[in-house]
Amino acid sequence: MDAIRSWIKSLLLVELFQGMALTGKQLFAHKFTIFYPEEKTPKSPRYRGLHAQRRYPNGEERCIACKLCEAVCPAQAITIDSEQREDGTRRTTRYDIDLFKCIYCGFCEEACPVDAIVETNITDFHFEKRGEQIMTKEKLLAIGEKYEAQIAADRAADAPYR
Amino acid sequence: MSEQVINIEIDGQPIKARKGEMIMQAADREGIYIPRFCYHDKLSVAANCRMCLIEAEKSPKPLPACATPVTEGMKIYTRSVKALAAQRASMEFLLINHPLDCPICDQGGECELQDLAMGYGRDIARFAEKKRVIKDENIGPLISTFMTRCIYCTRCVRFGQEIAGIQELGDTGRGERSRIGTYIGRSVDHELSGNVIDLCPVGALNSKPFKMHGRGWEMTQTESISPHDCIGSNLYGHVLRGELMRVVPKANQDVNENWISDRDRFSYTGIASNERLLNPMIKKDGAWLTADWETALTAAAGALREAHGDAGVLASPSSTVEELYLLQKLARSLGIHSIDTRLRQADFRDDEFEPVYPWLGVSLAEIEAQDSVLVIGSNARKEVPLLAHRLRKAALRGAAVMFLNPRHYEFLHPVAAEITAASGDLPDTLAAILKAALGRKSAPTHLKDVLKSQEVDDQHRKVAEHLLKGERKSILLGHLAQQHPRYADLRSLAAALADITGARLGYVPQGANTPGAWLAGAVPHRLPGGRKAPLKGLDANGMFAEARRKYLLMGIEPEFDCWNSSAAMHALHDAEAVVMITPFVSERMKQYATVLLPGATFAETSGSYVNAEGRWQSFSGMTQPLGESRPGWKILRVLGNFCGAAGFDYSSSEEVLKEVKAATEGVNPDTVFKGSRIVTAGEKPKGYQRIAEVPLYSTDMLVRRAAPLQQTRDADNRWLRLSPADAKKLGVAEGEQLSADDGLASVELPVLVDASVAPGDVFLAAGIPETAAFGAFHMQLQLAKPE
Repeated sequence: MDAIRSWIKSLLLVELFQGMALTGKQLFAHKFTIFYPEEKTPKSPRYRGLHAQRRYPNGEERCIACKLCEAVCPAQAITIDSEQREDGTRRTTRYDIDLFKCIYCGFCEEACPVDAIVETNITDFHFEKRGEQIMTKEKLLAIGEKYEAQIAADRAADAPYR
Repeated sequence: MSEQVINIEIDGQPIKARKGEMIMQAADREGIYIPRFCYHDKLSVAANCRMCLIEAEKSPKPLPACATPVTEGMKIYTRSVKALAAQRASMEFLLINHPLDCPICDQGGECELQDLAMGYGRDIARFAEKKRVIKDENIGPLISTFMTRCIYCTRCVRFGQEIAGIQELGDTGRGERSRIGTYIGRSVDHELSGNVIDLCPVGALNSKPFKMHGRGWEMTQTESISPHDCIGSNLYGHVLRGELMRVVPKANQDVNENWISDRDRFSYTGIASNERLLNPMIKKDGAWLTADWETALTAAAGALREAHGDAGVLASPSSTVEELYLLQKLARSLGIHSIDTRLRQADFRDDEFEPVYPWLGVSLAEIEAQDSVLVIGSNARKEVPLLAHRLRKAALRGAAVMFLNPRHYEFLHPVAAEITAASGDLPDTLAAILKAALGRKSAPTHLKDVLKSQEVDDQHRKVAEHLLKGERKSILLGHLAQQHPRYADLRSLAAALADITGARLGYVPQGANTPGAWLAGAVPHRLPGGRKAPLKGLDANGMFAEARRKYLLMGIEPEFDCWNSSAAMHALHDAEAVVMITPFVSERMKQYATVLLPGATFAETSGSYVNAEGRWQSFSGMTQPLGESRPGWKILRVLGNFCGAAGFDYSSSEEVLKEVKAATEGVNPDTVFKGSRIVTAGEKPKGYQRIAEVPLYSTDMLVRRAAPLQQTRDADNRWLRLSPADAKKLGVAEGEQLSADDGLASVELPVLVDASVAPGDVFLAAGIPETAAFGAFHMQLQLAKPE
């Protein structure tokens, strides 16, 4: 009996039409393809991407060279030199993050008492020469300045859960 | 304290304690930690932080462990509910006014308050009122203040009162208005003041040169030995990424106790001075060329070999044993016998009677236990601060500490007798003391002449009585005595006085390693191990008086370090070759040197020092030498090879040390001085006599380049110190300029009038740039008002 049913099914191409129906349905369904880089998937405000250093609204850098991020960094990617600036405040003279060592764990951000070092949602960056992977203080501050609006918005969105 | 042993119980653990001691002491000995801020085992008990509250059986209230004596059968609970509640409450009070600025505080990570707050602090502060804020004082270039962080443990105040002997920091006001400060707004100047940085349990007092430069957790700690004075203080160097960031004491109760002097603590700031010599250099046709090591060593070796023995070799007494041993081995194998480290000595008579090496005669700890000590020619506080601290402890114990000095120096302890005599009269005054001590006994024959003419007064008799009375007695010859033009006479007399009173004769060695230099054979009259040299070369002064063709200098700047700097300058300028192994180079040095070999500082070399009590202490390098500089022993080792000397194939400084140890085996230090040269009464010098003191922060190359130390009040030495009579005669008042002329150079300096200076004496510091052009430490001066 089963043999006859299977012979009739294959003669009438039932399974082919079932498969084509599924394909046909997808033809009109909502598309998931993103045209990267013109289009990007939305990211969580907690996304841990490229680092940045922030400034206060008055333009003063936030970092106070407490070296907690350097101490907590599990990959030892951060190197800081500090001194007393002329106005008597504690500041870094060097703040380097080696992005080849960094594992993007976000501990530096967690450790920072003044929200100076942050990880932005930037993921698309590349290096062309050896040594470019060292993010110096100037580079980090420049990123911070450029994306401050986004960084602040992300922090505000996450604040209720902290 | 009574030695009676009683039984107590802490946290259920039965413990034996000494009757009369505090619970804290018993607990510390057993390794039971009770939290504390104000308690320190070297300071008196204040019991004002209340952090060490513990529960004791039968006591209705918690008791402070630091101020409660143990009693028989006492049962103590340090971590019971009641004790912990009391400790938590104390912590909450302490944190009321303490700012929450740990991220910018230098103490962060090594802060006692931070550590204990982790264990006892509450998460949320209940104190909503205003915190008190205190304005900071500038207390000098060494200590930074942030007094808002202060928790009033008063360790710094007690340190001043009890250890330093001068209370420079105090607590004024009451309750919330209480503040620690100098009150009158002056700097903290004591030579041990840096120790309050270690004592402060919070970040109120911190190191200024280190301020905001690093964190405790990121530095590696290496042991070292101080290269500046004969104590040989044990140090820890903290290194961050190959750079020495700070120096702190390593407690060693036999040597430096818990303290180090500011000179030891802050001298590291000179290591990376902009005068650091980073490459070998050769002078060619008057121009300086940077060379590689091979070229420079070839030039140096060539110069030394061609000298055919007509050369002088001088080294700093703060060089290591290994360096000095190799230096003398190299020199003697080239037939150069003029080698010396006694740079600031002028009188080398009686060399043959000297002990194996000059040392204190007793151990440092024994200094405290002396009944009477006579110090001849020493500003002990500014020469060797920690020796002065031991003397102070002896004086506070009741010992008679006495001084015979060319002028009055400030001592921070009871002084049983202080005799000041004109510098030229020092031997005669000592002879008068000896005469008083002799009484009716007959004088040693070689001293008969000098004793005959002396008049004994009450002061002399008092000193003699003190020396005759006690059990344990010491006579110490200080740096000023060693620099005296009649040092040999002073020593003969001191030896006779020691002999008659049963005292030990000791020396305060100059530099960090004078005993080591003698043992290594870096003196003209002794071979390694204190054996008599068959061929005696010229001494430090002689090799400039009789100019040599070539010189080899290690770790010294003759213009600052030599007794007769102008003679040294002349001899060096006229020399065919001057090879210098030096970590630093100045424009002045470039004028006379011909080959410069960059040496390492103490932080960058391994080696050994022998301190004032004959203790051998070895240390290893803390950092890599800067630039192309190399440790002295390595330079000398290769220089030995280049010179073709035999036996220079060492592969480590330990091998060198082993050879020195073998040469010095079985050498016992003695204090006996068997001089028999006839001493006669000196002629009174005519005119104004310069007397040079070497200031605290001018003793060696490294200290002279340590910027923070050079900003202290102790570094301000450009004064002509005169007696009031002379000032009147010259018509000058304090602060006015006077010109001093020694026939070679003339300098205008401000006048300081000091009533304790004898008429005719003029104190003018050596080792400072202002007086570098001047001649000898003791010489005649012309004084006049400038036109």
